[in-house]
Parts: sequence; C-alpha cells; structure tokens
Amino acid sequence: MAQTLAQKLIARACGKSEVAVGEVVTCKVDLAMMHDSGGPRRIAPMMEELRAKVWDPDKVVLITDHYLPAYDEESSRIIRITRVWAKSRGIARFHDGMGICHVVLAEQGHLRPGMFVVGGDSHSCTGGAFGTYMMGIGSTEMLGVVVTGEIWVKVPHTIMIEWSGRFADTVSAKDAMLFLCNKFGLDGGDYQAVEYTGSAVAALSMQERMTLSNMTAEIGGQVGLIAPDDTTCEFLKAAGVEEIDTATWHGDADATLAAHHRFDAGELAPQVAAPGSPANSAAVGDFAGQKVDIAYIGACTGAKLADLRMAAKVLKGRRAASHVRLMVAPASLKDQKQAEAEGTLGILVDAGAKLLPNACGVCAGYGEYRFADNEVVISSTARNFKGRMGADSSQVYLGSPYTVAASAVAGKICDPREMQV
Amino acid sequence: MPNTPSPTGKPRTWVLGDNVTTDSLAPGAYMKLEIAEIAKHCLESVLPEFAGTVAPGDFVIGTRNFGAGSSREQAPAALHHLGVAAVLANSFGGIFYRNAINLGLPVLVCAHTARIRSKDILALDPQAGKLSIVNTGEILDCEPVPLHLLAMLRDGGLLAHLKKKFVAQQVWSAG
Repeated sequence: MAQTLAQKLIARACGKSEVAVGEVVTCKVDLAMMHDSGGPRRIAPMMEELRAKVWDPDKVVLITDHYLPAYDEESSRIIRITRVWAKSRGIARFHDGMGICHVVLAEQGHLRPGMFVVGGDSHSCTGGAFGTYMMGIGSTEMLGVVVTGEIWVKVPHTIMIEWSGRFADTVSAKDAMLFLCNKFGLDGGDYQAVEYTGSAVAALSMQERMTLSNMTAEIGGQVGLIAPDDTTCEFLKAAGVEEIDTATWHGDADATLAAHHRFDAGELAPQVAAPGSPANSAAVGDFAGQKVDIAYIGACTGAKLADLRMAAKVLKGRRAASHVRLMVAPASLKDQKQAEAEGTLGILVDAGAKLLPNACGVCAGYGEYRFADNEVVISSTARNFKGRMGADSSQVYLGSPYTVAASAVAGKICDPREMQV
Repeated sequence: MPNTPSPTGKPRTWVLGDNVTTDSLAPGAYMKLEIAEIAKHCLESVLPEFAGTVAPGDFVIGTRNFGAGSSREQAPAALHHLGVAAVLANSFGGIFYRNAINLGLPVLVCAHTARIRSKDILALDPQAGKLSIVNTGEILDCEPVPLHLLAMLRDGGLLAHLKKKFVAQQVWSAG
C-alpha cells in the first residue's frame, strides 16, 4: 500500500511496515521537548504522585522561554522549578535562556528527518519542517510520555499544499500561511497531517520552511511536514548533526491524499490579518493606511534570523515613524549574535528598534509586558486572538516581518512592495 | 450524568460559538497561577459572567473548533475545575480534545449543537454518544468517545489511569 510521509513516519515509530489512515497506534517517542510553562512545574508533582522516573533523560529536551526574564515571584518560581528539575532528573539537554524552544530545538541539532517527536507547545509542529513527525501536546499527556516513552496517535489523512513558482520579493512564508488561514479557516487542517511541497517551498530557506510548519497550528493541522532535501541537510550539518537520511522520508507518489491544493506563489501578495483571528486575512492593500502605535517583531513565527533579515532589508537607511514604538525580540540568542555579527541587528537598532529578550515575550501574553487598551499593533507573530497579547481592546494586526517593518516606517499599515528595498 | 435546574434559576447550559480559543479559556496573564485562580477568569473576554455563575453539572456547548489555539492544558482544566459536566461541539481543536480527555473532562463531537438552547436541561451518555434534551424529550446523536479513550475517561483521566498501572507495577516489583 502506498504511504504518505506522515504514514511512513508513524509506521516507523510504532514498529510496523505500514499503517492505515484512521488506525490508532502507540508510537515510541524519539524526543520529548518541554518548556518552563507546561514542563516541570506541571509534570513534577504528577511524577512524584506516580513515584515514576523519566523513561530516558537523554531523550528529553528542556528549554526556558515563556517566563524569561522572570519579573515577579511567581515567574521566578516557575523558572527555578525548571532549573532544579533539570538537574535532579539528569536532563543534559537543558537550554536555559537560549531563546524560544522551537527555534533552539532546531539550531541545537536535536531534530532529524524520520524522528517522532512531541513538544509541550502548540507550535511544536514547527519541527515538521525537518521531515520529523512533531506534534504539540499538553502537560498531562507529556507526563505520560515522560514516564512511558509512548503516545497514542490516530494515523491522519494528508492534506497536500503545493506552492509552484517563486514567492515575489518581500513576500514570505508568513504571507503564505496567513493566506491559507483565510482560505481554509482555523480548522481547515482538521487535526490531520498537512504537507507542503512545490518549487516555491523547495526554494525557501530552512527557517522560512519552519514558518510554514509553525503556522500549521493556525490552520488546525496536527503536523506540518516538509520532506527533507539538500537545504535540510545543510542546515542540520551546520547544527552538528552527522547522520541525515533525506532519501527515505518522502511520501509515495501514488499515496492517497485527502486533498491536494495548488497555488501559484508568484501571485501571492503580502497578507495582513485583522484583529481577532489569523483567518481575518486579506491582501495588505485592504488595510493600508490603518495607523499603528506599535510594530512588533517577535516569536518563533516571526523573529528568527531569516525574519530579522527581512525586516532589515526594509529598514536599511530608514527609521520608524516618530509615533511608532518598534520592538524586536530575536527568537534565539544564536540568531541574535549572528544578526549582530553581520550588521542586521545594527540596521534594526539604527531604525529605532528597542531590543527585547530572546523569549516568547508579548506573543505568549504570559509576561510583564502586555499591550494596553485600544493600542494598535502590527506584529510578525502567529496569533491575534482577543486578549492574547494584551487588553481585550488592544488591536493586533498580523503581517510578515517585511510588512511590519514597512508599517513601522510609514506609521500605518503599508505594503512593503511600495518601499524600495 | 444529567444536570439539574439551578436553584438560582441561572442558565445551566452555556452556548458559545465558533473558535472558542484557549486564550479566552485560560487567559495568559493568569497562566503563572494555580488552576483555581485561572478558572476565575475562564472565558471572561467573551462571557464575563461565566466563571462567577457556572455551577457543577453545567454543560458547555460550542460549534466549530472549540479550544482553538495553544496547548495549554489549563484551558480544559479551568472548565473541569469549575465543575463543567461535558463540552459538546461540532468539532474541537485537536490538542484541546486530547487535553480534556487526559484530564477526565468528557468532550464529545456533536453535529447537532444548533438544536441546543441555553435554557435546556441536558443529560449525556458519553459511551453511547447520546445527548438528551430533557425538557423537550429530543435525543441528539453525538460521536461516542473513542473506545481506546473510554477506559482512561472512566478512570478520571490519564494521571489516574497511569497511577493504576504504576502502583500495580510497584506493588508487583516490591513483592
């Protein structure tokens, strides 16, 4: 029976030669990634109740990002619990203060094609960009994985999304995902496997591919897969990964798909989502002229090195409008250092950007800083649900780093294609 | 598990719409706190009276994609903490659905939620997938809780389910 990439990845993880769509199987987990919010502070008390051990400390990755930097006693407590637990349970792969989990996990070389991975965060589908079956789960389910090394999964259908041609200059993976959010809705992925393919996807850098997989969460997919190729291989080699199998992890050409959607990347305009939902998206022109108070470049979705470079391309030699607060929270320390070394960060700072810590920050909405009543924001992050990033009356528009940067300069939502870059 | 009319006469069935988000069920600003504190703010951005008025045994009804968004387990945990008997919706966010079952909160897919009114008195059989609207006598078909999850739901969630397994092993190995 012909198998999709999702089926092949699950079959390997559950020890079968093949699996059928709809079948419920138990998979052995190759890696479990947790962060400070959903991790030790939630699972440690349950482990004590069970008197259970970590099934394999070498298969656990722990990352602090939601409550860093701590700003009060409760957030300090959460970070402290995380640090103490990592030490007491012998978690060697503990990345403390290195940046946002999905970005750090990849840059540290923890992901490889063919793996079955769970992450304690909904954007864990980011890992699918590496041909890894990576799905997000909650804390109790993570407890189950951490003490047994196993998880059940219902073998999903695959929805193939093919982008032919090439994305235009100043059009990015973020625009593609905002477009899909509107096209298919927040539940368009139906908790099935989404796979991205086509010449436009093949031409994307690894971090741009991660943005496609990342925002699969916003269309409701369980995983957002991209079959590995030379681009995957190069990224992973640079991250120190030695054995990389790019040959095995491709779906069969004749595998049955739930749907195969085809789009021309060259026709895609920059997209903006109006406040309330990423599905409120349309071409940027529909929102042009909307005044903004804040331009925010942050999160796993929108502040990786590739994203910072996009913003810098627009901001080079320009400054944010005087009434706009431009803020940049680079997704990882490594990306920030590289951005600094190559001059990208300098361009952002010269444009008036205030630099924020390498953490989830305002995107998660868990921290000290949240947007104020009626504040109007354009943000490179993934979600603009009511009340998520600030007061219920704050108005968050979503766009690509190009669009956020162009809007910062114009002081209002602006099509980045109107700025010479 | 029927709900019963509240002595205060407040509605016992809470009817919501599409894409109820985890950000509204467990607002981020309170996520650092314990569940009892988070639950006080459950749904406050969309239904400010909910957390203060909901009573044990009440039902929550959604339409499409209930529990959209983040993996925060506090979203179903807040409903569970407030005593909500079950959530029925046309569809659920995938992670929310798993989280709810893992916590022992029954969540059922029901294509007929449009038939349910906030004044209705409901009774649910999660195993059979039948929802009775007691005051009208109507019975709505739901998708039964999948077989592989029923035992866990009956145990009260994954932790209780694992506890049975682990305690049995520990007793065995000690013996």
